[in-house]
Amino acid sequence: MTNQDENKEGIGGMINPRRYGIERVAYLLMRLSGLGLLAYFIGHIYETSTILKGQIGWNEFLALTQTNAGHAILAIVIAMCVFHTVNGIRVMLGHGGVGVGKPARPDYPYIPASQNIRHKMGIYSAIILAAIAMMYGLAVMFGE
Amino acid sequence: MAQTPSLAEESGSTPFSSSQSITLRIARYNPQHDSAKSFMEFQVPYEKWTTVLEAILEVKKHFDHSVAVRYSCRQATCGSCGMIINGKPRLACFTKISELNSNVITVEPMNNFPIIRDLAVKFERLFDTHHKIKPYLIRDDTEITTNTKEFLQSPEELEQYIQFSNCIKCGLCNSACPTMATDSSFVGPQALAQAYRYVADSRDKGKDNRLKIIDDSHGIWRCHFAGSCSQVCPKGVDPAMGIQLLRGYMLGFRS
Ligand code: HEM
Ligand code: SF4
Ligand code: FES
Repeated sequence: MTNQDENKEGIGGMINPRRYGIERVAYLLMRLSGLGLLAYFIGHIYETSTILKGQIGWNEFLALTQTNAGHAILAIVIAMCVFHTVNGIRVMLGHGGVGVGKPARPDYPYIPASQNIRHKMGIYSAIILAAIAMMYGLAVMFGE
Repeated sequence: MAQTPSLAEESGSTPFSSSQSITLRIARYNPQHDSAKSFMEFQVPYEKWTTVLEAILEVKKHFDHSVAVRYSCRQATCGSCGMIINGKPRLACFTKISELNSNVITVEPMNNFPIIRDLAVKFERLFDTHHKIKPYLIRDDTEITTNTKEFLQSPEELEQYIQFSNCIKCGLCNSACPTMATDSSFVGPQALAQAYRYVADSRDKGKDNRLKIIDDSHGIWRCHFAGSCSQVCPKGVDPAMGIQLLRGYMLGFRS
């Protein structure tokens, strides 16, 4: 069936972070950081494989990471790594039913117990720690 | 009172006497012959208590009765009137114009459901997935043959699932879900929450059976706990909680 028939919201709707609170933002950041880390991982294997071309090849490639652009990319990788790990622990606990609240008779205005302060704190912590780690990384790399 | 005759005075039967009005933008689309959705705009008077559904019915009554909309109970009970209102899935009968804080109200058919016409969408897939998780008590004996004539349950046992039995099958959760946005085979938050409702019922013996059904490539593992389902549910069902508790059984966090 075509997209029009199904009226699916599509990738645009999936990645839109504006409508459903910080939890949906975390969902998007988790996907982006997961894919970013995967890309970095592949790049990293390629990068380290240049050792097979001897010390000159290795040094040439390593020089790429010493540029401003290289530093900026590494800073983003640091941020993605920290966010993905901290939020990943939150998501794994949530997936196991930890900290998602207990069933109870709901009352208007029906604030969902699963979207609670513990998980929100987890998300904000992941973002703040990622920002701190990134700034520390930038300070070290650009501060020489 | 208004100087010029208002719509309310003309018809004599509508409840609106307000001088306030909003622009109601209604998505029009007929898959039989339209290639794309278009919008029609109407000026509709409203009161503090006027719902979006009432505004749509006002349009049908006075301006264009061909607008297709599904509704029945008008009190958030039948689950018929789900639609996208100013960008989010909501029940039209349960959403007041005054709470939207906007002079323009845009109503569109729910996402992730095939459109029949205008605001009315097809529910077949939702009913299919709901049915797939076996939404009834599974056990060998029946209430007719047991000595007690009924399956006893303590108030505490009732609390384990009563929240999830509030579901009215409106589909708002499936419309908000980011997985549903790209995967129409996904079983969806509505059905998963109902799987939990029965698994958590002390009278039910079908847990293994149901867990097997949702342990599928388009089953529970496609949920990433974004929680949007719970944020739009008009009955406080909290499907995201039910799904994670259900996954807790499958991952061995709970027994
Ligand atoms: C301690 C480190 C890590 C933890 C705790 C972690 C945890 C997680 C979790 C829980 C998910 C599922 C998220 C969801 O259901 O939405 C996930 C997804 C993912 N992770 Fe990780 N991860 C870690 C490291 C990595 C690394 C090093 C890579 C890359 C090589 C990676 C790549 C991915 C990818 C590609 C996804 C899928 C993203 C998606 O489609 O949403 N992860 N991770
Ligand atoms: S869980 Fe809530 S949003 Fe989903 S179908 Fe049931 S009542 Fe509607
Ligand atoms: S008309 Fe029944 S839920 Fe809105």
